[in-house]
Amino acid sequence: MTIWKHELRTGRLSLLIWTAAIAFLLAVCIFIYPEMSVQMEEISDTFSQMGSFSQAFGMDQINFGEFIGFFGVECGNVLGLGGALYAALIGISALAKEEKEHTAEFLLTHPVGRLRVLAEKLAAIGTQLFLLNGFVIMITALSIILIGETPDVSTMLLLFLAYFILQLETAAICFGLSAFLHRGSMGLGLGVAGIFYILNLIANLTEEAACLKYLTPFGYAEGTNIIADGSLNGAYLAVGILLAATGIFVAFFRYSKKDIV
Amino acid sequence: MNAISTTNLTKYYGSRRQKSRGILDVTLTVPEGDFFGFIGPNGAGKSTTIRILLGLIAPSGGLAELFGKNVLSRKQDILSDIGYLPSEVNFYSGLRVRDILRLSADLRKQDCSDEARRLCERLELDPSRRIDELSLGNRKKAGIVCALQHRPRLYILDEPTSGLDPLMQREFYTILKERNQEGATVFLSSHVLSEVQRYCRHAAIIREGRLLVTDSVEQLGHTDARRVTLYGVSKAPALEGIKLEKYPVQETSEANSVSFLYSGDPKALLSALAALPLTDLTITEPDLEEIFLHYYGNE
Repeated sequence: MTIWKHELRTGRLSLLIWTAAIAFLLAVCIFIYPEMSVQMEEISDTFSQMGSFSQAFGMDQINFGEFIGFFGVECGNVLGLGGALYAALIGISALAKEEKEHTAEFLLTHPVGRLRVLAEKLAAIGTQLFLLNGFVIMITALSIILIGETPDVSTMLLLFLAYFILQLETAAICFGLSAFLHRGSMGLGLGVAGIFYILNLIANLTEEAACLKYLTPFGYAEGTNIIADGSLNGAYLAVGILLAATGIFVAFFRYSKKDIV
Repeated sequence: MNAISTTNLTKYYGSRRQKSRGILDVTLTVPEGDFFGFIGPNGAGKSTTIRILLGLIAPSGGLAELFGKNVLSRKQDILSDIGYLPSEVNFYSGLRVRDILRLSADLRKQDCSDEARRLCERLELDPSRRIDELSLGNRKKAGIVCALQHRPRLYILDEPTSGLDPLMQREFYTILKERNQEGATVFLSSHVLSEVQRYCRHAAIIREGRLLVTDSVEQLGHTDARRVTLYGVSKAPALEGIKLEKYPVQETSEANSVSFLYSGDPKALLSALAALPLTDLTITEPDLEEIFLHYYGNE
């Protein structure tokens, strides 16, 4: 597990910053809820009747005045988008950074197979996302306790599970792209995460574009749907897992034959 | 056993429509225990050959074996026996020298701490320094320790002394000679011909992707070409076998003199020289640099 440990070590600062930023924003959202909830009863109806805007953010499906409804939307924006951006960045740079910084020559002239390099890098990505989510859940739980709310734990955990899977899928797809790059491409990673997010917004706006939800992990990680249904959409999730598996397979296939020049 | 054996090794880069040649039909044998120099100008194909041997790039054709093992199918086995020093040493930023050395040892599943400490002392490298703060020379030293600390059977060194000061170059070659005397094979690429002549037993010359010649350094120095320097004249005699145009004429200290490589009939040279108003002359064997230029300039 030398490469796994090395990846965690070199990525620790980035992990720390993203985790702290996401946890801080989530905590801020939770702490402003008690003050907002007083006005929420009145504006919840307004929020749910803002036409396309309400549809795009799924606010027509839940009671924004309840904590879980408020959390579903805020969580969706902060942990969903923030987590996806971080996942895209570590996924896209996993292999490409070695070539950009010319360290692939160092790594691959040691007696480690390329498949092992890929497997340990993937494991490191999974570990970093696990640590990020674990810390964020702890801070979220602590914040909720401090404001005295008692949301349904299973729904909350389902939300966090959905965002974790979303991050894994985004990272896996970017990992596949990373195998084709000779230089680091943070822009491409951020673009992928951004496109996924926007695809979901478009899919929410009109029934005709609803099929886009199959293409984006935000489709099954829509907080408002999860709260309303009490489950993840199985069809969207299945396609998401297939896309993630394809990303990983493509990475293994491409990188095992790639010339390191 | 041969440490390195390649047969018709070929590499093309790029797409099918726009492919460029890296190396073509390189057939090379380096016996175990040899000290082998791989000579060629920049872009000749030295690094391409080395990268194929290390499994970093796949050949377009031909066969490459190290210790009788195919580099494509037995790469991991092979890399356990190799210490590689690239021409440009790059490490992960943010780490210290000792972290890099430990990472390299861990990737080999070996404890190389004692040997790493000895090498750092000999090369005057401080292992507590941050990689990002190292000069080019010190970075090279860190690369050398990485390549040597696990005492491999084969050292593949790409332009190993670039960036090292003369004292460190001498110490580095002293260490290499010790390892070679213990039975290890050294394969180094260089365009510093004097170091190949001084340290290597055998050498190969590569140019534009093709291997021109492989022989012992001693034999490579024994050529029918001679370096002729004439004093008292400023023009060389008109003779077949004089390489004036293609080969650089050596500067001589005398203003009224000329120097050239001659590989024609010695009697014809002597007859031509007899008719010239010479004040002095020297005829010597060319050094390896001139041999290199002989092959390099030979269209």
